[in-house]
Amino acid sequence: MATATGGDFISRLPRIYGMYTGGFLAFVIVLALLEHYMNLSDRTIGYVFLAATIGLYAMIGFMSRTMNSDEYYVAGRRVPAVFNGMATASDWMSAASFIGMAGTLYVQGYDGLAFIMGWTGGYVLVALLIAPYLRKFGQYTIPDFLGARYGGNSIRLIGVVCAIVVSFVYLMAQLSGAGLIMSRFLGIEMMYGIIAALGGVLVCSMLGGMRAVTWTQVAQYIVLIVAYLIPAVWMSIKVTGNPIPQLAYGGVLEQIAVLEQQFGVVAGHVQPFTRTDMANFMALTFCLMVGTAGLPHVLMRFYTVPSVKDARTSVGWALLFICLLYFTAPAYAVFAKHAVYTDVIGKGLAELPQWVAYWGKIGVVAVCDAVDAATTIKGCTAAGNGDGIVQLKELWLHGDAIVLATPEIAGLPYVISGLVAAGGLAAALSTADGLLLTMSNALSHDFYTKIVNPNSSVTQRLTIARVMLVALAAIAAYATIHAPATILQLVGQAFSLAASAFFPALVLGVFWKRANKAGAIAGMLVGFLLAGYYIAGVGWNFNALLGVGFFPDPGPTPANPGVDGRWFGINAISGGIFGMPAGMLTMIVVSLLTRDTSPEIKAMVENLRYPRMAKA
Amino acid sequence: MATGTEGVNARRAEYWRRTVRLTAILLAIWFVVTYVVAFFAVPLNNFKFFGFPFAFYMGAQGALVIYLILIVYYARYMNRLDREFGVAEED
Repeated sequence: MATATGGDFISRLPRIYGMYTGGFLAFVIVLALLEHYMNLSDRTIGYVFLAATIGLYAMIGFMSRTMNSDEYYVAGRRVPAVFNGMATASDWMSAASFIGMAGTLYVQGYDGLAFIMGWTGGYVLVALLIAPYLRKFGQYTIPDFLGARYGGNSIRLIGVVCAIVVSFVYLMAQLSGAGLIMSRFLGIEMMYGIIAALGGVLVCSMLGGMRAVTWTQVAQYIVLIVAYLIPAVWMSIKVTGNPIPQLAYGGVLEQIAVLEQQFGVVAGHVQPFTRTDMANFMALTFCLMVGTAGLPHVLMRFYTVPSVKDARTSVGWALLFICLLYFTAPAYAVFAKHAVYTDVIGKGLAELPQWVAYWGKIGVVAVCDAVDAATTIKGCTAAGNGDGIVQLKELWLHGDAIVLATPEIAGLPYVISGLVAAGGLAAALSTADGLLLTMSNALSHDFYTKIVNPNSSVTQRLTIARVMLVALAAIAAYATIHAPATILQLVGQAFSLAASAFFPALVLGVFWKRANKAGAIAGMLVGFLLAGYYIAGVGWNFNALLGVGFFPDPGPTPANPGVDGRWFGINAISGGIFGMPAGMLTMIVVSLLTRDTSPEIKAMVENLRYPRMAKA
Repeated sequence: MATGTEGVNARRAEYWRRTVRLTAILLAIWFVVTYVVAFFAVPLNNFKFFGFPFAFYMGAQGALVIYLILIVYYARYMNRLDREFGVAEED
């Protein structure tokens, strides 16, 4: 990749990544053989896997180093549609998708599908409303678009602040995901896990910016999809004899329904709206979709393709690559449930499969049969009946356990567990890469270059970008180590914020010439602040935290069953359901009340709508 | 056929009108597949599809396949429209 200057490199890409995939599979097989014949310890396998993959990403980053602005910010705009699709897929799929989603589906059944639909359906909005127009615009960042379309530094600055807040929240989730994986598989402190993971991210993005991040993300996609599919395929063969888990789990669902009746489960796996009500299901789906079409780190990727045509095609590729994983996540949940219902529930404590004890030690599984379980066993919330047999309600599973434990449930060698860890890490790091770059670009390009010092040299700009990257990484690491919320919650909240802040200004900017600067400023502020206000109150209980009554109260809790400060019973994660429409409405009303846009802006919008202006 | 600037403007307006119409139609399908199906999820689950309860299948796979089809169709249609109206990038 050091020779990444001509079209030659682009045409060799399929071969390069083909060889890379082959090499990676060979590496896994060699490790498996070593495990079998040399008795490698689990810890050693974990270290080899994580060190090898992080080293590889760092190497790609090092080989893609650059001092050219176009290369640093948009990978030279030469990324073919398929590869941008792959990079977008791994940019997109975070620790939450890889580790958390199957667990959510395990716990919530049908209701968890809000995440599956929300995180894929958003691409329809990206494809139809944003990606082609952004590519035609053809600058570097999302605040660039806002600044040019609405005019002036104030809107650009609001864009910078929103992009940083959204990306920062999302980045914390990635770092804590990466830290968890490191600490579980290497047994090191979570804090050191986070720092080690950040090191890998920094080497990659610092030297080569978008160019390095792009080629690393493609490599990370390959690792994560291989790691996700192998255990599921194996599990599918084991349970159903069919090697395609996505098709096979329908039959298993029926077996689960029978077992659910035996265990007296009232709300079955496929039964809708039993763990979440319909309003929250719909609101969550909506926020995740619209948030997708407002996340700067994802949208930014569509600047890197050569043409508008490629931008359109690229969204399709991205969704295809994402679907490979998202089709599989519900299968994971169903196979895991099947295993739990047949091998664990109703069994004596002595005859439990090994994985229960193993993941119990790690702290993601707990058997709560003992009468004093609530106080003596980590994870248990209630006492068991002490009859020596595991009842359904005596088993506690952390959502993360589903993907992490599946290789052992399927009876695969430990090397596959290491592979899954590497996959989860790839998912977290690839997203972290994109997020860090988005934030540092917002600060260096939009804030420093465009606002503070427009006369700076390219070297100055790129140096500032790199300094920002390191500073942001350090702040994010510190914040993550001290943050309370769980991964999925954080990510969901970032989507609501992105939906509220960016979506109206981006879409109306293209589809409504009348949308003006005052409208955009008011709309972005109202949307972002309203969603933030709701999330702060309902999600983080700011009233109790700050001792005020200004924010909405959280929903009912066991300690406080009578208090429900939520609006229409909507959960904090879906705060965007209020923020986005409010922002859009504000933008429309304020635009109509203030002066029409100038002919220059109208001409610019006109220009965005056609891939190439026809000659008069 | 009109010529000169007016003709070009009319052609542009027509291109944009067709773009917006296609966008609206595809978004309507997107809406039905996601929200209307979810709204009727409880009764729809009584139907079987590939061995899955129908609403569950839609949420887990069916909707995703349709999203993909929408995006691919949009890309193909728009690329053709670009050529038809002489606004494609390559020529």
